[in-house]
Amino acid sequence: MFCTVWESNGQHLDERVCGCSMGKTAVESGVGNIPGGRPRSTLAGRASALSALIRRDKMLLLMFLPGICFYILFAYVPMYGIMIAFQKFSFSRGIWGSTWVGLDNFINFYHNPYFWKLIRNTFMLNVYSLIFAFPAPIILALLLNEMRNAFFKKSVQMITYIPHFISTVVIIAIVSNLLSPTSGIVNHALHSVFGLEPIYFMNEAGWFRTLYISTDIWVGIGWGSIIYMAALSGIDPHLYEAAHMDGCSRWRAIFHITVPGIMSTIIILLLFRIGSMMSVGFDKVFLMYTPATYETADVLSTYVYRRGLVNAEFSFATAVGVLNNLINICFLITANKLARRYTETSLW
Amino acid sequence: MIQDKSLASRLFDGFIVTVLVLVAAASLYPFLYVISLSVSEPDAIRSNLVFLYPVGFLLDGYQLVMEGKMILVGFRTSVFIVLAGTTVNMIMTVLTAYPLSKSRFILSNFWMMAITFTMYFGGGLIPTYLLVRELGLVNSYWALILPGAISSFNMIIMRTFFKSIPKELEESAVMDGGGDFIVLTRIVLPLSKASLATISLFYAVAHWNDFFAALIYIKEPIRYPLQLMLRELLFTGNMQEATHRMIEDKKAMYFENVKYATLVLATLPILLVYPFLQRYFIRGVMIGALKG
Repeated sequence: MFCTVWESNGQHLDERVCGCSMGKTAVESGVGNIPGGRPRSTLAGRASALSALIRRDKMLLLMFLPGICFYILFAYVPMYGIMIAFQKFSFSRGIWGSTWVGLDNFINFYHNPYFWKLIRNTFMLNVYSLIFAFPAPIILALLLNEMRNAFFKKSVQMITYIPHFISTVVIIAIVSNLLSPTSGIVNHALHSVFGLEPIYFMNEAGWFRTLYISTDIWVGIGWGSIIYMAALSGIDPHLYEAAHMDGCSRWRAIFHITVPGIMSTIIILLLFRIGSMMSVGFDKVFLMYTPATYETADVLSTYVYRRGLVNAEFSFATAVGVLNNLINICFLITANKLARRYTETSLW
Repeated sequence: MIQDKSLASRLFDGFIVTVLVLVAAASLYPFLYVISLSVSEPDAIRSNLVFLYPVGFLLDGYQLVMEGKMILVGFRTSVFIVLAGTTVNMIMTVLTAYPLSKSRFILSNFWMMAITFTMYFGGGLIPTYLLVRELGLVNSYWALILPGAISSFNMIIMRTFFKSIPKELEESAVMDGGGDFIVLTRIVLPLSKASLATISLFYAVAHWNDFFAALIYIKEPIRYPLQLMLRELLFTGNMQEATHRMIEDKKAMYFENVKYATLVLATLPILLVYPFLQRYFIRGVMIGALKG
C-alpha cells in the first residue's frame, strides 16, 4: 500500500519505508483528533491501528523475538533470583520453598570482619586506578597526536594495542614470571644492580595494588587511547593555526586547545569509570591474589565467588552481590548529578 | 597540532619520540621475553641468562607440547567454542540490532531502555549460576555460549551502524516487493561487512580469552578450554603431574620450555591474526565512541 503522506507530493513510497500508518487516511485509522467534528480516536480505532502496526512490522518482530527471549531469560530472570538474598536458600527447597530471613544476610555481612576490608580493597583499587590508570591512555593519545611521522605513529599504536588482546591468564602468567623471586628478571636485576634480596612480589600484600595497577596500565593503555584518538581527530585544526599565529608554543597548545577539545569525551568516560567504582573485575584479581595477599587483594567479586560458588553459600553471596550493585548505582547517579551541575556533559 | 620549526619544538619532538619508544618497548618486551624463553636452553633459563634474546635454540618445548594431548585438546575445545559462540553471537546480535535501528519499530524506545538498564543492573553471579544450573547447562559448552549470547555494548554499536545506512537503499528492495527480512539479508548485511567483521572479532577474542565462565561451569579437566587449562598448568600446578607423565623423565628438564611454549601457543592465534584485522577493531571502537 502506498503512503498517504508522500502521495500528496506525487511520490509513492511503501509505508514500511516512510513509517506512517497503512495507506489509510487519518480518519479511517481512527487516530488523532480531526477538526471538523469527526470522532476522536476510539478504542477500536486504536486497537486496529496497533494491529496494523504489528502486521506491518511482523517480520521485524519475528527477528526481534530471539533477542527478547535472551534478555528476559538471561538478564531479567536472574534479577528475580535476587530474592535469594532475603532467604536462607537451599537447593532441595528451591526458591519458593526456602525460608525467608529478611535482611539477615545483609546484616551478617555487615558484621563480618571482612566487610570493611572488602569495601576498602575494592574502593582503593578503583581509586588508584582512577588516579594512575585512567589518565594513562589520555596521555598516550596526546603524545601520539603530537607525532608527525605517520609510520612511527601507526607502529607505536599497533604495538601498544597488542596486550589488550592477550588473555588475562597469559598476562598474569607473564607478570608472575617476570617477578618471580627465583627466575624473574626483575629480582635478578635488583640483586645484581642494587644488591637487594629477592622480593616475593606476588606474595606480599603491600605490593598487590601497585602490581595490579601497573598491569592494568600495561594492558589497557593502548586500547584505551583509541577513543581519545578519535576525539582528538575532531578538534578543528584552525584553532592550532590561530594559536600559533598568536605565538603559542606546542606545549601550551596542548593545555589550552587539545585537552579542552576532548574534555567532553574524558568526562563521559570518567563517568562510566566512576559508575563501576565498586566493581573490580574478577579475572585479574583472582589470578593475581594468594591467601597471603587477601588483606589488600580480596575484593567483593572474588569474595562472592569464594563464599557463593566454592562454599555454596548462595544466599549470603547473593546479598553481597546485591550490595555491590547498589553501591555502584549510587556512585553512578551521584557522579552524573555532579557532572550535570558543573559541566555540560553527562550520561543522562 | 602546531607546526613549529623552533628548537623548543624539536626538543619537544625528541621528548615525545623517546617516551613513545619506551612505551612501545615496554608493551612488547614481555612477549619477546616469553618467546625467547620458550626456545632457550633449559640450563640458561635456570641460570637467569635469558633477558631478551634466546640463549641456545631448541624446539623441544614445542615438540613436547604437541605430543602431550592435553594442550591440543584444550586448543580444539577453544576453537570450537570460538566458532560456535561467535556464530550464535552474531546471529543474535544482528537480529536484535536491526529492528531496533528502525525508528518505526514498535516500542523501540522502551526496548532500548530495558536493554540499557541491564547494562547497569543485573542478577549477579549467583542467580545467573543457579539459572544455568536450572537449565541443565552445567558442564555443557552451551553454558559458555548462551548466557553471553548478546553483548548489549556490541549490539548498540551494530544498531548505530545500521541506522547509518541510507533509507534509499532499502527502498529499492522494498519497491521490488521485498519484506524486511529480504532487506536485511540482501541489502543491509552486504553493506555492513566492516561492522560485522569488527563485532565478530570482538566476540571471537572474548571467547578465546575467557576462562571465568569455564571455571565455574565446566567440571571435567579434559573439557577445559585452553585458557583454563593454561591456568591449571601455570598457576595451580595441578597439571604438573599430567605434564610429567606425558614427558618421559629424561625429558622433564624441558618443563620450563613446555610452560613457555604453551603460553606462546595459547596466544599465537591472536598474534597472527591481529596485524591483519586491527584496523577493523579500531574502526569498530571509533563508531561506538563517536556515536554511542
